[in-house]
Amino acid sequence: MTTIGWIQILLFSIVIFAVTKPIGIYMFRIFEGDRQPLPRLFGPIERLIYRLCGVDPKEQQDWKQYALAMLLFSGITLLVTYAIERLQHVLPLNPAKLGPVPADLAFGTASSFTTNTNWQAYGGESTMSYLTQMAGLAWHNFISVGVGIGVMLVIARGLTYRLQPGAPKTIGNFWVDLNRSVIYLLIPFSVVMVLVLVSQGVLQNFSSYIELTTLEGVKQTLAMGPTASQVAIKQLGTNGGGFFNVNSAHPFEGGTPLANFLEMVAILAIPAAQTYMYGLMARDTKQGWTLFGAMAILFFMGVTTAYYFETKPNPVTQGLAVDQTAGNMEGKEVRYGVANSVTWATATTDASNGSVNSMHDSFNPLAGLVPLVNIQLGEVIFGGVGAGLYGMAIFVLLSVFIAGLMVGRTPEYLGKKIESREVKLAMLYVLIFPLLILYLSAWSSVTPYGLSSLNNAGPHGLSEILYAFSSAAGNNGSAFAGLNANTPWYNIAQGLTMLAGRFLMIIPVLAIAGCMVGKKAVPESLGTFPTNGTLFVVLLVGVIIIVGALTFFPALALGPIVEHFVALAGKVY
Amino acid sequence: MADTRLKERSLFDPKIMRPAIWDSFRKLAPQNVIKNPVMFVVEIGSVLTTLILLRDLIAPTAGSQPLWFTFNVSFWLWFTVVFANFAEAVAEGRGKAQAAFLRRMRQETTARRLINGKREEKIPASSLRKGNAVVVEAGEIIPGDGDVIEGIASVDESAITGESAPVIRESGGDRSAVTGGTKVLSDRIVVRITASPGESFLDRMIALVEGAERQKTPNEIALNILLAGLTLVFLFACVTLVPMALYSGVATVSVTVIVALLVCLIPTTIGGLLSAIGIAGIDRLLRKNVLAMSGRAVEAAGDVDTLLLDKTGTITLGNRMATDFIPVDGATAEMLADAAQLASLADETPEGRSIVVLAKEKYGLRGREVTEIGARFIPFSAQTRMSGCDMDGRAIRKGAAEAISAHVQALGGTVSSHIDGVVHGISDTGGTPLVVSEGNKVLGVIHLKDVVKGGIKERFARFRAMGIRTVMITGDNPRTAAAIAREAGVDDFLAEATPEAKMRLIKDEQTKGKLVAMTGDGTNDAPALAQADVGVAMNTGTQAAKEAGNMVDLDSNPTKLLEVVEIGKQMLMTRGVLTTFSIANDVAKYFAIIPAMFMSVYPEIAPLNIMHLASPQSAILSAVIFNALIIMLLIPLALRGVQYRPIGAGPLLARSLVIYGVGGVIAPFIGIKLIDLVLEAVGLV
Repeated sequence: MTTIGWIQILLFSIVIFAVTKPIGIYMFRIFEGDRQPLPRLFGPIERLIYRLCGVDPKEQQDWKQYALAMLLFSGITLLVTYAIERLQHVLPLNPAKLGPVPADLAFGTASSFTTNTNWQAYGGESTMSYLTQMAGLAWHNFISVGVGIGVMLVIARGLTYRLQPGAPKTIGNFWVDLNRSVIYLLIPFSVVMVLVLVSQGVLQNFSSYIELTTLEGVKQTLAMGPTASQVAIKQLGTNGGGFFNVNSAHPFEGGTPLANFLEMVAILAIPAAQTYMYGLMARDTKQGWTLFGAMAILFFMGVTTAYYFETKPNPVTQGLAVDQTAGNMEGKEVRYGVANSVTWATATTDASNGSVNSMHDSFNPLAGLVPLVNIQLGEVIFGGVGAGLYGMAIFVLLSVFIAGLMVGRTPEYLGKKIESREVKLAMLYVLIFPLLILYLSAWSSVTPYGLSSLNNAGPHGLSEILYAFSSAAGNNGSAFAGLNANTPWYNIAQGLTMLAGRFLMIIPVLAIAGCMVGKKAVPESLGTFPTNGTLFVVLLVGVIIIVGALTFFPALALGPIVEHFVALAGKVY
Repeated sequence: MADTRLKERSLFDPKIMRPAIWDSFRKLAPQNVIKNPVMFVVEIGSVLTTLILLRDLIAPTAGSQPLWFTFNVSFWLWFTVVFANFAEAVAEGRGKAQAAFLRRMRQETTARRLINGKREEKIPASSLRKGNAVVVEAGEIIPGDGDVIEGIASVDESAITGESAPVIRESGGDRSAVTGGTKVLSDRIVVRITASPGESFLDRMIALVEGAERQKTPNEIALNILLAGLTLVFLFACVTLVPMALYSGVATVSVTVIVALLVCLIPTTIGGLLSAIGIAGIDRLLRKNVLAMSGRAVEAAGDVDTLLLDKTGTITLGNRMATDFIPVDGATAEMLADAAQLASLADETPEGRSIVVLAKEKYGLRGREVTEIGARFIPFSAQTRMSGCDMDGRAIRKGAAEAISAHVQALGGTVSSHIDGVVHGISDTGGTPLVVSEGNKVLGVIHLKDVVKGGIKERFARFRAMGIRTVMITGDNPRTAAAIAREAGVDDFLAEATPEAKMRLIKDEQTKGKLVAMTGDGTNDAPALAQADVGVAMNTGTQAAKEAGNMVDLDSNPTKLLEVVEIGKQMLMTRGVLTTFSIANDVAKYFAIIPAMFMSVYPEIAPLNIMHLASPQSAILSAVIFNALIIMLLIPLALRGVQYRPIGAGPLLARSLVIYGVGGVIAPFIGIKLIDLVLEAVGLV
């Protein structure tokens, strides 16, 4: 670990902290303000879209109507993307003359982008036409984020709204939330980001691929394409699907150190800002900062662990003629080094981003454990845009329920009682996630079709399978390479896992919001369980670690943990 | 004393323990255990390991664990369930002992039923119906619950309340309710029966303390869902571990070990003690002589935000007492005190007695006998509105300001304006002025005050620290009410309270989302008692009040409300700390079991065995034994409840988190290591 490395990690943290409040205020004004920001610029576009779609923005939905609209919308967009993939050979903007995407891969990919996972079992430049990339996939980079933001808004409204007795239990309008998130937040932020990225040498063109001969005399094809526009939203929307196969490790995706840094900031900027917006909605910004605090602690725990173990030499190559003074450089870009690689790896898995600038598969076992655990904790450490905060809300409710009794009152959060129905729904949310990951990993680990595409045996192989399903269930999208996921089993199992990990988990969240929104709020008193402050931060961190770790510890023990001890003993598989 | 059932019973009274041990085995029946999902999983695990033990006895396989190991795991798994049952049985046993006592009192009595209000017929009490009228005379047992409709009698209610002093029951008013099973000591009353047999107060009380009518409270249900959910999560984790272990090269995965791991991980501690905590909460109230009609009421008591307290009897002693003598118009304090004492010697009211006592304490004037000094006592009358005495030509009178000034002026004296000032001053502070005159001269004013109970202010401060608002309810005018409220330290008051105003106040608080608790005894309190979230009816109160409330205070002590709230909070806290403790425990159990499970394939993971447990089998067994024993060790805590400290929610949470959260992580590391050392010492492993 070096001083310059720590300075970079610290600088990153300071920038995230600095943008939290301003972006949070901006988001609050978009979604909860009486007047949206920049009305002259965005207002006409917003109204035009309502008119085109026949949406009455004043209409309010209850949680069931909201859920129905969200599911219908996602279902239809899933089908549209599937169709584009299958028909790309007859559609325009296909200079590389790529054929149709195979059915299983097309399903896996459509699920992947609809669920904001962006798991890529394919190499973008060799499988997807420009049209598919832009209209089929990049489009989802915006709207799937809008869906996530919508769900977050619903649970935040459910917890913070104080309805008059007898008022209808409505929680917003899906179409309005979706439309506003794209028009006011994602597009403007992306435009700015694209301009900055292009200034840093990130590619943006529609050229055909370039054939050239390298200095070594080898023929090489250089893939081209509208990269910067993809990269901006893949980072901002915690999407993570790279334009190129190696994602942001590719020099055309993340060229300069500044581009790399800004792309990292873009991963966590909006998720961090959500906490401040939430605080504003709760009429107590300390509530938001409390969530931010818990997330920040978990982020530092992750990045420190990863950084510490990644600066250790790789025990297997020790003694060989490899210089390991800079740490374990396998699978890393020299221009980023260990500090920038582990920070990115931590951030991208804290959030449901999944973009990478180094290969997590090559990390030392316990450093590679960090991204895996980050995902398995439910991606609530800042988390995905929208998804991070609603996942965190579930953990908050559980923490309050488990420990709230200790102050001698039945549990309440923001003045609202947490009763059996909410506990039931929260437990449903908590159950689905490990069920998907553990069940499918266990299945894959003992079946020939699960093992046939696995390149590593032993504990590392298990880690790769675990990582694949964790990434799918958590809608992360990053991968431990070493597992070829472009097989019928993995495409279909992953596709279903992603859909379940997104939509089966969203329903209980919306239902909880529906229960909570109409509840009477008890005014705060000295006897109220404090949910803003250091004590709650500690409790929340404890519950997240214990509940997450306890669930996955046995599986992890057989994967990265065992691998660590085995590798120290110099054994390889 | 007719009764010992209300005495503090030791936690482990052998009279309760013996049947409880038997009960804890009887409760192993699956139809009983299935009510508790966590324990049901343990029981299924026990059956599984027992079957494996039998199989290994008959036909051992190559991959079998040693017999002693499987035996021990099975044994301790069974005992995990037994210990949980035991906790419940002990908690119930305490109630059952009390129910047995009550049942003995419900002996078959003969009732003298009145027909057409004249003729009497003797029928068994069990054939009485609602609306029947019965005659009860001295020495007879009242055959059922009812209201006195004729006569007045002293009744021994010690069977119900434990209070040996007889109480007066009379027709009409708020003291008309009688309870079946109590005994008339004097006179004759006619009672209209209000409850059919089997539905009487005594019957309900028996059912309640026995736990027969126990329903899970809302929070208990929610907590049960959480525990069942966690159990499922761990079930996934353990079941999926089998294929993953196979992948890793473990030749045969031992079901015994997987079951052991599962049982150690699921929240057995809180799962096993949860129902005992609920029963113990009701029981603790009963020992304070408060009968909770449901567990829900106890839970609500912990959540109360606003307490409505009647001024008289709860906040003040209820009697006005003399606290000061204020001489006027040139009289000295001694003269005034002397006159006031003489005027009050024969006055047997508490006010009168307090004047005599104050004169003695303040001015050393010893009480004199009225007859000795030859005084003639003038009793209070509604016409004169004064009392006093005549002796040796002195005519001393005391009474309301207007009455005395009329009396003095009639005798040709004058009343100075100074008196008016003093009188108003006293009224303004909530006191009652009593003016004393001798002949045609006013001597001064006695300050009578409603005296606030000792220590009540500190109690209210305690409530404020809990975040509970206290509201005093009084029929006094706002001025008097404000003065007393200030003195007693309540947060707010409702003056000139009518039943309607009281009801409105409760509803207002509830619309703000607050939970309200109150006490009441009269029939006109019944609607408010029913509306309040926690309504504590006084046992001396009317049948209507008792029906409307969800608790009955057998001592009829309104201050008890404060204890009720603390017991409710204790019950919720006990649940919270044991849940936290139970989950925190899992960390250590992982470190005991996981390395033990995979040591055979991956010997390199030995460093994970941070407790340095003797062998894989010893590690697993130690964790299982710890898991069972901790239930046993925590039974006293579950029954007694954790202590509530009114230090505000933040510090309270911090304290509990350190003790039960951090402690819950550390304790099992020590416990498991100790058990492992013992197992090693006895040579079992």
